[in-house]
Amino acid sequence: MTKYLSKKFATLLAMVCLSAYLVIGSPTPAYAMHIMEGYLPPVWAGFWWLVFIPFFLVGLRSLTKITTANPELKLLLAMSGAFTFVLSALKIPSVTGSCSHPTGTGLGAVLFGPSVMSVLGTMVLLFQAVLLAHGGLTTLGANACSMAIAGPFAAYWTYRGVLKMTSNPSVAIFLAASLGDLITYVVTSIQLALAFPSPTGGFVASFVKFGSIFAFTQVPLAISEGLLTVLVWNWLKTYNSEELKTLNSLKIQEL
Amino acid sequence: MNQSSKTVQNWLLIGGVLVLAVVPLVFVKEGKFSGSDNKAKDAITEVQPNYKPWFSSPIVPASGEIESLLFASQAALGAGFVGYAIGLYKGRSEHK
Repeated sequence: MTKYLSKKFATLLAMVCLSAYLVIGSPTPAYAMHIMEGYLPPVWAGFWWLVFIPFFLVGLRSLTKITTANPELKLLLAMSGAFTFVLSALKIPSVTGSCSHPTGTGLGAVLFGPSVMSVLGTMVLLFQAVLLAHGGLTTLGANACSMAIAGPFAAYWTYRGVLKMTSNPSVAIFLAASLGDLITYVVTSIQLALAFPSPTGGFVASFVKFGSIFAFTQVPLAISEGLLTVLVWNWLKTYNSEELKTLNSLKIQEL
Repeated sequence: MNQSSKTVQNWLLIGGVLVLAVVPLVFVKEGKFSGSDNKAKDAITEVQPNYKPWFSSPIVPASGEIESLLFASQAALGAGFVGYAIGLYKGRSEHK
C-alpha cells in the first residue's frame, strides 16, 4: 500500500511539475475563487493565518494518529482528499447566473473528523493558489478558515446532530455536506465584510452584499454537493462497510 | 435496502446533480455565468474604490484554455483516484 501511495505521489509530483512548467511566467491576470490573492488587507490576511495555524496543527496530529493506528485507512483518507480535489475543480452554473464550485469537504469531515479536513482542504487550496492563481497565498489563511475549518466543522456537527435526531445516515450526510458547503461561503462573506465594511452601512451592509454574491449562488451547488456525497457514501457502505465500522469505533477527536 | 433499490437511488442522485447544473443554463437567460469571485472583486471595488491588491499570484495560467486544462487535470486526477478506490473496494468485497 505504501509502495502504491508513493508511486501515486510520484505521478502527482510529475503532473505538478508539468503544470508548473506550463504556467510559469505568463502575464495575463486570472481571477480566483474564494478570496483572491492580495484582496485582503495585510492585517486581515495575517489575522486569518493566525486563526488557521492552530487548527492545521491539530489536524496534522489527528491525521498521524489515525494513520499510525489504522494504516489501512490511508486509502480512504486519500480518497476523501481526492473527492475534495474533484469537487473544488468543478465550476457549476447556478440560478443567480454566475458560477461557483462546491468544496467536497463534508465527506472527509464526517468520516475522519473535521480537523483532518483542515489539512486535506488546505492542500487543495494550496494547489489552486500556487498553480491556478485561484485563491492566493496571502489569503490562504482566510480561505482555509472558511473551506478547511468552518465548513468541515459545520458538516461534522450537523452530521452528529441530525443522526441523533433522525438516525438516518443518508439524510445526515446530505445535510452535513450541503450545510458545510454553504457555511464555507457564508464565512467567506463574513471575512470580506469585516475587511471591507461599507462606508454607509458598515459590516452588515457589506455582509449582505458579499453574502448575496456568494451564498445565493451556492445554494443549488450545496444541494449538488450533498447529493454527490451521499452517492459516494452509498458506494462505501456497499463495498467497504468494514472500514466504515473501524472509523465508527475510532474515537474521532472532536476538535 | 436491497441492492437494486440502492442502484436506483444512486442514479437518482446523479440525475439530481445534472438537473441542478442544467436548469440554470436553460432558464437563466440573462446570466453570463462568470465566477462569483469576480463579482466579489467588483463588490470590493464598489465598497472601497481605492483598494489596490497588494500582492499578486506569482504564477498565472497563460490563458483561459490553459486554466481550464489545469482545472480539468485537477478534476481528472481526483475523479481517477476516487474511481480507483471505489473499484478496489468493490473488487475486495466481491472476493470475500
